[in-house]
Amino acid sequence: MAVKKREKDLTFWEKIYIPEIVKGLSLTMKNMLKPKFTMKYPEEKFIPSASYRGRPVLVQEENGEERCVACGLCSRVCPALAIEVQAGETDRQKERYPQKFEINMLRCIFCGFCEEVCPEEAIVMSKDYELAFYNREDAIYGKDKLLTPVNQLQDRIEFLRSYK
Amino acid sequence: MNIWEIIIFSLVKIVIVFTVMLLTVSYLVYFERRISAWAQNRLGPNRVGWEGVLQPFADVLKLLLKEDIVPDVANKPIHTLAPITALFVAFTTYAVIPFGPNVTIFGFNVPLVVADVNMGILYVLALTSLGVYAITFAGWSSGSKYSLLGGIRSSAQMISYEISMGFSVAGVLLVAESLRPEAIVQAQSGWMWNAIIQPIGFITFVVSAFAETNRLPFDLPEAEPELVGGFHTEYSSMKFAGFFLAEYANMIIASAMIVTLYLGGWQFPYLETFGLSATLFAIISVLTFLVKVAVLLFFFIWVRWSIPRFRYDQLMNLGWKVMFPLSLLNLIWVAFLVMVFKI
Repeated sequence: MAVKKREKDLTFWEKIYIPEIVKGLSLTMKNMLKPKFTMKYPEEKFIPSASYRGRPVLVQEENGEERCVACGLCSRVCPALAIEVQAGETDRQKERYPQKFEINMLRCIFCGFCEEVCPEEAIVMSKDYELAFYNREDAIYGKDKLLTPVNQLQDRIEFLRSYK
Repeated sequence: MNIWEIIIFSLVKIVIVFTVMLLTVSYLVYFERRISAWAQNRLGPNRVGWEGVLQPFADVLKLLLKEDIVPDVANKPIHTLAPITALFVAFTTYAVIPFGPNVTIFGFNVPLVVADVNMGILYVLALTSLGVYAITFAGWSSGSKYSLLGGIRSSAQMISYEISMGFSVAGVLLVAESLRPEAIVQAQSGWMWNAIIQPIGFITFVVSAFAETNRLPFDLPEAEPELVGGFHTEYSSMKFAGFFLAEYANMIIASAMIVTLYLGGWQFPYLETFGLSATLFAIISVLTFLVKVAVLLFFFIWVRWSIPRFRYDQLMNLGWKVMFPLSLLNLIWVAFLVMVFKI
């Protein structure tokens, strides 16, 4: 097979370097003057769109009750076995409520299956991405940390309704 | 002026120049990092102090706290001598470069140059070629093949580029008819800048200056991808910082030399016709010098982050087959100008 000759003969203008150097310099200068995309993180935070899957949270109704009926579907579907639910009985109209609802944030893989499977729209993914703990016990989030007022999750719920 | 007054004024000038240079060097490192970041669509160091202005001090502190390692196989005295030589050359060269006109302070007529010697240009050429010893010492004494290769490359590069540099300077000397930097500046009054009279000489000198300061595209002595760190592979702590400082100090000297030889030195074109007071004239002149040097320093950094490194054979080709004939051509051109137009 005939080997194709590698084209490496420069033209006259390329050989005298100067115009090519000027081209390169103008390119870097253009880049220098461009606005930068980097965010100065702790001061300037990234606000995700509604489609963002952050930390899963439980929805709290305006009257302070949780929507969750402790059916345990999220716990069943969770591929990382991060969710633990224990149901309890109440006198309220809904009858069931989660006595204990724990998400192990070290296990959670943010797949969003719990949110997809939930029949009550009770567990949704929030926009919270700042998750750091000093020890493993702190990483297990109970109901006190999971319950979030519904008005903070409005755009995610609307997103789910329009795409589910 | 008697001898004591000369000594006192010289000492004051030395202290001022030395401080300004050290500060400029530390901030050059900062600006190098910021400008490289901007050229690559990043932000660069902006955490230490407002927009990272204290970064140089943090860097120095870090380097001071590092362990100073000397390899077992190294030649220890020369290994230590190398960064000292580099710093010595970098900081003494500045002595002859004028940064302003003569000023009158307390009734004394003081030239704004540390040493107004009549062979200043020779002094600069001699000292900058001493600089190569620092790198060769470092490369040889480290007892590492990478360092040795870096050192050898550096000496070969210096020899090839010193020639075109010398011939470009000869063109300037023909016009100025003097080796005194002050006289060279005076010869470029108005718009009679050497960069305009002899553009080829200007280009060859700038390219040679890049090669002499080991800056990209000619930083073959340190060539990170192939030689690890080149001549400073085996250096750490403040010895490494010494080379680092010397490199940036050399950049300042190269810029100041380019300004003095080709861009009219401290002269603002036709400033003397504006009828300003002597003090204002001196201040504007010094500022002009600083601005010119700053622009050139930016150019040095800008070029570094735009142009890839030359291959070794390309470097030699360029030095001997392009730069050398071009500088000769420039010399003939200037000689022609001097003979025919008597400039």
